[in-house]
Amino acid sequence: MLNLILRRLLVAIPTLILVSILIFCLQKLLPGDPALMFAGEERDPEVLALIRAQHHLDRPVLVQYGYWMAGVLQGDFGHSLRTGIPVTDLIVQKLPVTLQLTATAMMIAMITGISLGILAAARQGKLSDAAINAVGLTGMSIPNFWLGIILIMVVSVQLRWLPSAGFVSITDDPGAFLRSVIMPAFVLSTPITAYLMRHTRSAMIGALRSDYIRTARAKGLRRPVVTLKHAFRNALMPIVTMVTLLFGELMAGAVLTEQIFTIPGFGKLIVDGVFTRDYPVVQGVVLCTAVSFILLNLLADILYILINPKLRHA
Amino acid sequence: MTIRTFLFASTAALIAGAAQAQSISIGLLSDPDLLDPDRSRTFVGKVVFQSMCDTLVDVDADLNYVPELATAWSLDESETALTFNLREGVVFHDGTPFNAAAVAANFERSLTLPDSLRRTELASVESVEVVDDLTVILHLKAPDSTLMSQLTGQPGMMKSPTAFNNGSDFAQNPVCAGPYVFDSRVQNDRITLTRFADYYEPERYHFDSVTYLPVPDSTVRLANLRSGALQIIERVDPSDLDSMRSDSNVALAEAPSLGWRGLEVNLNADTPMANDLRVRQAFDLAIDRDIINQVLGHGVLTPNRQPFAPMHFAYDPEIRADGRDVERARALLTEAGYDRVPVELLFANNTLAQSLMEMIQAMAGEAGFDVSLRATEFSAMQAALAEGNYEVGQAGWAGRVDPDGNFANFIYCDGSLNDTGFCSPEVDRLWTAAKETSDVAARTALYSEAMALVNAEMPYVFLYTEGYSYGLDAALTGFIPHPDGVVRLQDVSFTQ
Repeated sequence: MLNLILRRLLVAIPTLILVSILIFCLQKLLPGDPALMFAGEERDPEVLALIRAQHHLDRPVLVQYGYWMAGVLQGDFGHSLRTGIPVTDLIVQKLPVTLQLTATAMMIAMITGISLGILAAARQGKLSDAAINAVGLTGMSIPNFWLGIILIMVVSVQLRWLPSAGFVSITDDPGAFLRSVIMPAFVLSTPITAYLMRHTRSAMIGALRSDYIRTARAKGLRRPVVTLKHAFRNALMPIVTMVTLLFGELMAGAVLTEQIFTIPGFGKLIVDGVFTRDYPVVQGVVLCTAVSFILLNLLADILYILINPKLRHA
Repeated sequence: MTIRTFLFASTAALIAGAAQAQSISIGLLSDPDLLDPDRSRTFVGKVVFQSMCDTLVDVDADLNYVPELATAWSLDESETALTFNLREGVVFHDGTPFNAAAVAANFERSLTLPDSLRRTELASVESVEVVDDLTVILHLKAPDSTLMSQLTGQPGMMKSPTAFNNGSDFAQNPVCAGPYVFDSRVQNDRITLTRFADYYEPERYHFDSVTYLPVPDSTVRLANLRSGALQIIERVDPSDLDSMRSDSNVALAEAPSLGWRGLEVNLNADTPMANDLRVRQAFDLAIDRDIINQVLGHGVLTPNRQPFAPMHFAYDPEIRADGRDVERARALLTEAGYDRVPVELLFANNTLAQSLMEMIQAMAGEAGFDVSLRATEFSAMQAALAEGNYEVGQAGWAGRVDPDGNFANFIYCDGSLNDTGFCSPEVDRLWTAAKETSDVAARTALYSEAMALVNAEMPYVFLYTEGYSYGLDAALTGFIPHPDGVVRLQDVSFTQ
């Protein structure tokens, strides 16, 4: 087990280096000159030259990458070109926001998705199964941004029940946190909920058809007990790995959701960074996201092994 | 947490949280950049500085100069010495006294800081003389009638000299002498200011704290105003004006703006537009600015064919901007020997610009132009314009209090925003002459003469002047919209 983790972490290092090079070069492919972006609307040539020299923008890309990497290895991700705030501070400030949002969304998705999936599997072929499936398909197909704007229009503007924007951390005020996070988390969770529902349903159907379930039923155990205790435990394995991988999906979905609800998280940071050509911010955030993805994948593998004893000695 | 307590907690949370009347939240178009007046480059930054950093002088809603940190000023005979009498008993947020020495230190920083963006604006300042504690004289290299207008913005914002050399980055903790003190900032989220206890006019400011929130999407900004999360929003989208007028929970405040919007022609490109003035004139004649105002502006735009706004003294009322003349446009094209003229329009991709360019495409099409649209993202457009990699491109300017600054960068041979290739030593001479006299009548005549020369070449096609529209909470009173687009909180309060 430990061997596996170490092996995977070692493999992650070249991956991260590749990611960092890729993001660096992709940014350079973006048209537009950050110096122009930051020289103000007057575009004073003197200021332009100064900005380029200050941030090594006048040097070859490889040299620029070297400067950046040297900083990263010392834990210095540079400063935002736009506001002068250190990138590390920005990450520390924004990451908890996105994590709180995605965790809430994941909780919503797990509670509704898994229970609906079990229900649909238990009622396979009946009307309620069809209804749940229809809801699931709808959830998958509704565009996030549309649902978000409609919710803001109805819940915030018409009914004035919930704030339409902003974010309060759970550590500051749990009540206000719930009010600020419930709508964006719900919007973010809809496709994942649907996905989990479908996944749970098929895993459960598979489990319910197996021999041991027939045996359990023959022993006279009641249906709910059989469904939840025997079948669900076996169906859980693919679901758990799916949940871990879906976290990555949520991180990606958060980009759009944060734009709509004006939540100052990772997603908003990277979008604003790209639009303003704030290279150090984009690089820092992407690198950080890549690390999270690699760790999540590793976690999924570990969980898979823990849940499935057959794999432990593989 | 059990389901029951969860439900209880969330219900309680919903009931709580009514807005306190002691604070105000303002929705901005975007997130400001560096919070250092010497290094700031965004307009939206100025909106935040307005409550934090008092300037030597300010402008009122009619563009008259009014006292702020300076109570009086005078210009000598030669117009090269500008004397300011300073307000007594003013302190910066850190307790440092505000006096003539502080003013001198501020100008020195603006002119010498390596990454200062104020050098161009203060280029005419040769030296600053401290006469006594409350008197300071700016000695100029040459007369500069635009300097007063510069001092209403970033170059005139007074910062605490104590904070210059305390080793920390001024932008992360700005210290000025305005009614509100910098409290905290979360990038892309909010900037919070709190009331300054020792401000010299405390009775004019009614909020304990002011929060600025960047909300780029105009629909979301308006939704936040309606839901009560914001009390002032800047730049309401014209298409929302009608629904706002019929909403009793929100109010609308409008001011004319000083800027202009238009198109620029790359005269160095080998295109019919660049090679023949008659083609440019035909293009200009094909556009119906009234229709643009009705369809895009819902009536808030002012059709315009010059770089000055109607509020500027330099505005020439003789230059008509109404109607179009397709017949004349067609005749001009025929005269120039063209049947159909291909034109590529470059613009930055947003909904408003897209609609505008599509309208121009249709209008010019009727006159014989085959317009193709090249939409790109803003900074890519900037780069293409600067490199001369365009035929006709989007141009515009937020506007300045003094007419000089409305066009100087676009028209001087070496103007930093002159991407057209237009260069006329005579226009340069006239523009400089207009800057070097304070006589309004003489300046107006000089600008008219210069603009006649510019229009004889037509490197720019002017379209309209925008208006500033603010959305307000209906309970808010005392808000006066200014043509410079900056939100001022003097005398603004909630009706009890």
